[in-house]
Amino acid sequence: MRYKRDPKKIREVLGDKVQFVLGDMACVYGGILAGCSFFGGYPITPASEIAEGMARLLPRVGGTYIQMEDEIGSIAAVIGASWGGAKAMTATSGPGFSLMMENYGFAVMTETPCVIVNIQRTGPSTGQPTLGAQGDMMQARWGTHGDFEAIALAPSNVQECLDFTIEAFNLSEKYRNPVCVMADGEIGHLRERITIPDEKDLKIINRVEATIDKEKFIPFGVSQTRKSKVPDFPVFGTGYHTYVTGLTHNEKGFPATDKQKDHEKLVKRITSKISDDIDKIVKVEETHLDDADIAFVTYGASARPAETAMELARKKGVKVGMLRLKIVWPFPEKVIYKLGKKVDKIIVPEMNLGQIVHPVKEAVSGNCEVVSAPKIGGEMHLPHELLPYLGVK
Amino acid sequence: MKKEIRICGFGGQGVILAGFIIGKAASVFMNYNAVQSQSYGPEARGGAARSEVIISDEKIGYPRPTSVDLLVAMSQESFDTYRNDLRDDTVIVVDPDLVKKHEIGQPVYKIHAQRIAEELGNKIVTNIVMVGAATSIFKLLDPEAVRKAVLDSVPSRFKELNLKAFEKGLEAGKNALKGL
Repeated sequence: MRYKRDPKKIREVLGDKVQFVLGDMACVYGGILAGCSFFGGYPITPASEIAEGMARLLPRVGGTYIQMEDEIGSIAAVIGASWGGAKAMTATSGPGFSLMMENYGFAVMTETPCVIVNIQRTGPSTGQPTLGAQGDMMQARWGTHGDFEAIALAPSNVQECLDFTIEAFNLSEKYRNPVCVMADGEIGHLRERITIPDEKDLKIINRVEATIDKEKFIPFGVSQTRKSKVPDFPVFGTGYHTYVTGLTHNEKGFPATDKQKDHEKLVKRITSKISDDIDKIVKVEETHLDDADIAFVTYGASARPAETAMELARKKGVKVGMLRLKIVWPFPEKVIYKLGKKVDKIIVPEMNLGQIVHPVKEAVSGNCEVVSAPKIGGEMHLPHELLPYLGVK
Repeated sequence: MKKEIRICGFGGQGVILAGFIIGKAASVFMNYNAVQSQSYGPEARGGAARSEVIISDEKIGYPRPTSVDLLVAMSQESFDTYRNDLRDDTVIVVDPDLVKKHEIGQPVYKIHAQRIAEELGNKIVTNIVMVGAATSIFKLLDPEAVRKAVLDSVPSRFKELNLKAFEKGLEAGKNALKGL
């Protein structure tokens, strides 16, 4: 029997409308609110609280929690559940994210909607398990092999952990692509107040399921019922017999591995279904940019000290603004290009040795100076550590 | 208004719960902005643990303390570890039975939290006694809001014990204010 999202039951299980919770827990709430009914995972610090929360709450709304043998199994289970018609997610951190990379690509190639939450910790390898980092940002974009488009969101506070997990499901269902919520140990393990949105304020997108004559159904072409490059979804068990493979396939889903044209057609469709819509997907927040000479470009936890540094510097008369990327992938190239024409200098603070600074430089195209402000070792920048970049002592 | 609070002790004493209760009282029941962060070693018990809360009527950017307004210490090791960035006017509250060496040349409020908890029958509520005492001494939060947060945050079978611990703590805090 298919899961039916019950808004009343969900709110009964989630409890009070206003709560003081961990970022990790807010991801759980967001998933359940979005209609997630399957979680396959393997606990790992600092994402374990998501598995714990899902294990506790998901069965109470009628969903299924499975602890798998490892992270490879976790995402495989999630992909299978999604083909069974469930909104499915997993949560992990660096080492687990690495293990998921192969099936991340399988989800891309088979156009499987699913959500992966990565509460980033420091790496390489097992690194600093309890401490936060932003070292997997490029892995979300390029970590699996071949050509693909990534969609990744980066929450900077606990409310956004909830909101962005919902948004991740929406994007994933709309584009039939895996979507990553790239949070980090700092925000995942922070407690703040959240407000659980009312049902009327909630936007929930569900995949378009196949309804056409079964004989005429084409599972891996453009939609047959709408103007969209995203095909209608044949839920397993509904009679739309579909062959699902990671091999290059034709529109009918069968392997077609020896022709250049077949591959080009498939991969151009599954990448352009996202890249065509970049302007619709991109989400940024602008603060004090109207009069800014210097701008921070930030995302996730590193936006927090940057915001404080910006306020401190403005008190001293330095005109600093901030562009915060709520969605990092696809990359908001046009927005950054415009910013580069407007300000003299862009500073990119990150809890890594410099990752997102590179696409920023590319988008700026030499129109202004772009400076990396890296910090590693499991701690956020202190606000005063960012002041010298702004010329403030 | 922005206040930074650090509660420290050894792992297992409930310093994180204490921070959670204070953060919840401030943010859910008094509508301040609050963030609570924590850090602890890999041990489940022992080691120095700390829980930090920032309470503000404005948006909170950097979510960790940079200048602590209130330090509550429940173990010598954590007091020694986490008192490096105190100001002259930082309010300090310690349990003198657990933090024997606490004379650092500035006023210290002494609350025999563990002793009070033991008198109530279970030293597990030492943290809640401290929450009560800190509420009286620091005077930032409405005791009623903190009381609600305590009751909301403990298992139902321990509500009465925790409530008693909180009330005793409030009283001990008031007495400490008179004494200093």
